[in-house]
Amino acid sequence: MRIPYFPGCAMKTTAKNCEVSAMAVASKLGIEMVELPRWNCCGVFPSLVNDDLMRHVAPIRNLIRVQEMNKSGIVENEYRLVTLCSMCYHTLKEANLFVKDKEKLTKINTFMDREEEYEGGVKVLSFLELLKEVGYEKIAKEVKKPLKGLKVAPYYGCLLLRPREIGIDDPENPTILEKLLEVLGADVVDNPCKVQCCGSYHTVDKKSIVAKLTYDNLRYPIENGAEIIATCCPLCTFNLDSRQKEAKELYRDLKEIPIVYYTQLMAIAFDLEKKFFGLDLDLYYKNPKPLLKAKNLY
Amino acid sequence: MSKSDVDEGKVRVYIMGREYKVPFGLTIMKAMEYAGYRFIRGAGCRGGFCGSCATVYRIEGDYKLRVALACQKTVEDGMYLTQLPFTPANKPVYDVEKLSPSVNVLLEYYPEIAKCVSCNTCTKACPQDLEVMDYVQAALRGDLEEVSRLSFDCIGCGLCAMRCPTSIVPYNVAQLARRLYGKYVMPRAKHVDDRVKEVEEGKFDEEMKNLMEASLDVLKERYTKRDIEK
Amino acid sequence: MELAEKVKNISGENVLSCYQCGLCSGSCPLRFAMDLSPTQVIRLTQLGLIEKILSSNTFWICSTCFSCFARCPREINITKIMEALRQIKLRRDQDYIDLKNVSKEELKKIPPIALISNLRKTTA
Repeated sequence: MRIPYFPGCAMKTTAKNCEVSAMAVASKLGIEMVELPRWNCCGVFPSLVNDDLMRHVAPIRNLIRVQEMNKSGIVENEYRLVTLCSMCYHTLKEANLFVKDKEKLTKINTFMDREEEYEGGVKVLSFLELLKEVGYEKIAKEVKKPLKGLKVAPYYGCLLLRPREIGIDDPENPTILEKLLEVLGADVVDNPCKVQCCGSYHTVDKKSIVAKLTYDNLRYPIENGAEIIATCCPLCTFNLDSRQKEAKELYRDLKEIPIVYYTQLMAIAFDLEKKFFGLDLDLYYKNPKPLLKAKNLY
Repeated sequence: MSKSDVDEGKVRVYIMGREYKVPFGLTIMKAMEYAGYRFIRGAGCRGGFCGSCATVYRIEGDYKLRVALACQKTVEDGMYLTQLPFTPANKPVYDVEKLSPSVNVLLEYYPEIAKCVSCNTCTKACPQDLEVMDYVQAALRGDLEEVSRLSFDCIGCGLCAMRCPTSIVPYNVAQLARRLYGKYVMPRAKHVDDRVKEVEEGKFDEEMKNLMEASLDVLKERYTKRDIEK
Repeated sequence: MELAEKVKNISGENVLSCYQCGLCSGSCPLRFAMDLSPTQVIRLTQLGLIEKILSSNTFWICSTCFSCFARCPREINITKIMEALRQIKLRRDQDYIDLKNVSKEELKKIPPIALISNLRKTTA
């Protein structure tokens, strides 16, 4: 399967570990994620007001690239676009809903006079959905080194789940990530904070707010026995990991815990080459390697 | 335009709203000078390279605001002209010797690039036909090589910055990217390094001294007899 | 009342159906940092007292997590109301954050995605 892939800025910067592991995992499963030959920022955050058309130009421009890929033969009749980043997923999918209003779509198409017209037929997918489609049985066959004894708490964040018409699973109690982690052989720990907000973009100028949320969001899974958190979103990952530093200054009782993408856990469970784990990159506050070594997984 | 104007080979242009008849075939800059304007600033090489004479214009009956270099674009009948002497664009002070080509370095000095909404207005405003939006986007993800490649022919005219709805200064961002790419990423050109070393060691001092002391006639003769690479 | 109309028009949400149950405020993960609760914001919107809301920090603190909307029994998209309020400020060219106050050290480490979304929400 060759499928168009939208990386987004994070996959090329602070979430390289997510991309490198996801690409390797995908190819093991027979999926070739073909990066859009030309792409721009997804447009995050989508504007939520009705009359802000300009803010929807960026995502629509990226969806047009999928049409172009089909026309130039880079992919064959594949109008789905897969994303790894929750924020990109949310923004691209929201834009697709926004232009269901034909009047808005016409205006946006007219504005982008150098592009071909967007026809509204691209489907935006998150990588988790694609994995579900591939099937957990097929994934289970690739698990060569089950994550036995690794106590993992899932963390979804907001934008992959809400609002309901955009979300990939139940907005209050999703289970798609738990199912995947079980297939990987992990001991899945219940995380009551799994759909909470990480503090998002406040991390730029309100670190104390994010530090409090980081403390709240980590305390309960840790109490439940979690040793590591599996995340989906690059911004959640950054906040949950790097803001532990600020959280510890405010809340002395916080125990540090490593944060990794579920795609990294997949690469580990598939027993791929270590370079695909993305653990050597200089991206971590709490390094996951010691824990993984202790569990004979690294 | 009356028949006699056409016979005389003239076109009508409007400079800051006032009508003038100027000879067909003049560039915007020459047409304005013909009409009596004098360029003190906003004019430079007059060859399309220095980027000082960026301008906007509109053609009668058309709604579009168009862009050009005033020294390159020839006048058309019904052109509305003005002069854009200078773009007061943001340019932070940095010492390229002290920077590193890190992913976030462009964001550090130009955080406003994060405001790009991908409207592509900058690209449409570029008289050099560069994919400006694409390089601003590459800047956002720290891809110095792509920014350098896409912006290589930028002449720094400032039109992209004037038109950007989020006040980004694409051309200055690209200049920083090219400086960093050239200094820290691009492979060194060995022959240039060798030559610089020779210059520093004084290999050409004697020849230079001779040239400086030579008479005008000698210089002329040497110039006409020089080897020309073909 | 003019501003209240504008909030209604650009958000596309009718706040009059809110019966003030308070579930939005109870669900809001950022309530602790807000001066007005989301429930109060909706009440003031019902009353047309938008200027009063505009001097609060509530709609700036909202991080667009959609928890309130997910749980609202009247299915009011409160997140959209918050966006409309931000837009009213931004369309007056009144930024909430000033980039000058973000240190170079911070900019070195921050993911581009954080900066992009922050500037989209808090600057005109």
